[in-house]
Amino acid sequence: MKVTKTTLLASAIAAIAGGAMAEEMTIVSWGGAYSKSQLKAYHEPYTEKTGVTILNDDSSPEGVAKLRAMNEADNVTWDVVDLEAADNIRACDEGLIIEIDPEEHLAAAPDGTSATEDFGNQLVSPCYIPLIVFSTTFGYRTDLVPDGVEPPTGACDVFDLEKYPGKRALNKRPIANMEWALLCDGVPYEEVYDTLETEEGVKRAFAKLDTIKDETIWWSAAAEPVQLLADGEIFMGSSYNGRLFSMIAEQNQPVGMAWDWQMFDLDGFAIPAGLSPEREARALDYIRFASDTQRLADQAAYISYGPARASSAPLVGKHAELGIDMAPHMPTDPNNAENTFVNNYEWWADYRDDLDAQFQAWLSQ
Amino acid sequence: MTDASQKAGPMLAADGTPLKQSLSRSLRRQKLRALLLIAPLLLFVLFSFIIPIASMLFRSVENGIVENTLPLTVEALSNWDETTGELPDEEVYDAFVRDMIVAVNEKRHTRLGSRLNYEEPGISSLFRKTGRKIRKWDPEADAPFKDKLIDAEDDWADVENWRVIKTHARNITPGYFLAAVDLRLTPDGVAAQPEDKQILVKLFGRTLFMSLVITGACILLAYPISYLLANLPMRVSNLLMILVLLPFWTSLLVRTSAWKVMLQQQGVINETLVWLGLVADDARLVIINNQIGTIIAMTHILLPFMILPMYSVMQTIPPSYTRAAKSMGATNWTTFWRIYFPQSIPGIGAGSILVFILAIGYYITPEIVGGTKGVFISNRIAYHISSSLNWGLAAALGTILLAVVLLLYWCYDKIVGIDNVKLG
Repeated sequence: MKVTKTTLLASAIAAIAGGAMAEEMTIVSWGGAYSKSQLKAYHEPYTEKTGVTILNDDSSPEGVAKLRAMNEADNVTWDVVDLEAADNIRACDEGLIIEIDPEEHLAAAPDGTSATEDFGNQLVSPCYIPLIVFSTTFGYRTDLVPDGVEPPTGACDVFDLEKYPGKRALNKRPIANMEWALLCDGVPYEEVYDTLETEEGVKRAFAKLDTIKDETIWWSAAAEPVQLLADGEIFMGSSYNGRLFSMIAEQNQPVGMAWDWQMFDLDGFAIPAGLSPEREARALDYIRFASDTQRLADQAAYISYGPARASSAPLVGKHAELGIDMAPHMPTDPNNAENTFVNNYEWWADYRDDLDAQFQAWLSQ
Repeated sequence: MTDASQKAGPMLAADGTPLKQSLSRSLRRQKLRALLLIAPLLLFVLFSFIIPIASMLFRSVENGIVENTLPLTVEALSNWDETTGELPDEEVYDAFVRDMIVAVNEKRHTRLGSRLNYEEPGISSLFRKTGRKIRKWDPEADAPFKDKLIDAEDDWADVENWRVIKTHARNITPGYFLAAVDLRLTPDGVAAQPEDKQILVKLFGRTLFMSLVITGACILLAYPISYLLANLPMRVSNLLMILVLLPFWTSLLVRTSAWKVMLQQQGVINETLVWLGLVADDARLVIINNQIGTIIAMTHILLPFMILPMYSVMQTIPPSYTRAAKSMGATNWTTFWRIYFPQSIPGIGAGSILVFILAIGYYITPEIVGGTKGVFISNRIAYHISSSLNWGLAAALGTILLAVVLLLYWCYDKIVGIDNVKLG
């Protein structure tokens, strides 16, 4: 009996010690094709280099909420979090993530250009480590386009039920939808956010969305519209351009892209506040590695998102498995970027609370 | 007894202590041992269940954030008469700027903005914008602040914003509970929410209604199955039982996702109906992302919870009663309705309570197949917990839901009697 107890104790201690020795860090991201691209481009090389095991957690859609919960419970279990720009600004304002000094914490470009200059405008918040430029845009079923009708070209076609009948899928949140509604209702691009600040502007956006509300399926994870398109459940739906690329190029689905007025946005890492000094140092070491010029360029070989560094762009080449050129599938390619909508992250950080509440109430009506 | 012991002195145990003492000591020891035995479970329940729930429920009234973030302002505002319609004087503005500079440095002002935004839409952006502008102000050198602050954000010249801060500067608030029933606490007292925001009462109603429909559908479907299970020969009924339990053992998410595949417009059901020519290709049934989808999927998922209690009750109904009724000339229907059915009611009761209470708090299935019209109040709670971060409102909604369930349980006990519920 005594022997068994001692053995148990010893093995328990060994297990705990072993756990501490094989270092682990939890990186939170968006799942699906995007997490896969991060795994290939960042995680695997980093594990090879340092021996740190990386656990993936697909909680980014609820990133800010969970960060806040962990912050209140004083028990931060995440090491690095992937967040959209507007969420990052919010979390940074609330002190949920630490501030980053690009010069000190991020690698310079291979030619010596400083990180601040290399990332340029993409450094939208003092807490941000930008990784990619992506866009929210539309995919449509090429086989469901009615006979004798031009296929849809962009966001405004989603509101045209007469020309393109059938179900649509839109993101279950105001970002992008409100802007498209106003834009397609005739508000000039420059005035969209000013209009949204007024009560009449919000009403006008909802009125426009009302015209397609009954025909719309609302998604909360980006994989949903992809599945709905693949099943032919919807005629067109918004998703992130990289997800649509995966289904078109890798899965050969009869889906086309409608790029006009695609919504540009940024995505990047953040480090939660309240980590122990060792974990924070390790997280900083990881993000320096993951956000360097080569890694960002490598990621573009797995998913069609544009690297956030200027110095990575020339290194973007072909798809890692299919061998096709990635450039024409990037949201920034001139053929795709005739009309683009640049998401105003700061505006959304300020007005998210207001519009979220109204949008959710409108949805439930 | 007392007389006898007084005369002969107290009765003594073998070791010489009075028997009464000895007995109570050994009883105490027994109780202690019993307590120790259940202590792990008790502590587990206490720490992982009761304390978290209590602290979550407390959030539905807790509101220290205003006073903690703006202590000087709250004090200064108490001297301001908000009914005059005049702006507060310099003292308040000065206190506010001092508080805000501290809060901005500690990054707490946006949380207060979000909190007050639940009561007065628009205040969140005001706090964020103001915070960005006054970060660099110096509380001594830059005074006075009244004109300066109004200059920076002209919404601070709106009396209403100050009244909102004053109204909500209390540590215990009914605000969340009012919001949970589509009311709100305004500076002029309790008022209804604007019409386009009145959704929660409707959602409560929908949750109750749909849970009732699901419970009813479960009773109708489960009764014949349970009857078969209880009356067929053992070999056949065991096989049937496995068919009932098989989906029960399958992951909930898998089952719900399977329903998605079944119900969608290009799904199995619609494809079959179109193939059979019962439904035109361009008029496929819409049976997902609405209430019908939720009802179908949840009825299926909750069905075993109805079948199992019904089955175990029906098993205990002696067949001799029905045989006796028939031998005395009762028809099949009379035998069933007067003899069999009354004896099976405890099973229906137990199954109904189980299904209804599970249904009312269901979350994942409505979320996946319910679209926007087929979701429950629990989806709203989840939204406030994980997206909007309005934990106070989520806690208030949860408390109300708990109260509703307890109330229904009490009604059930009064009408049917809880003793009539049998799980077997």
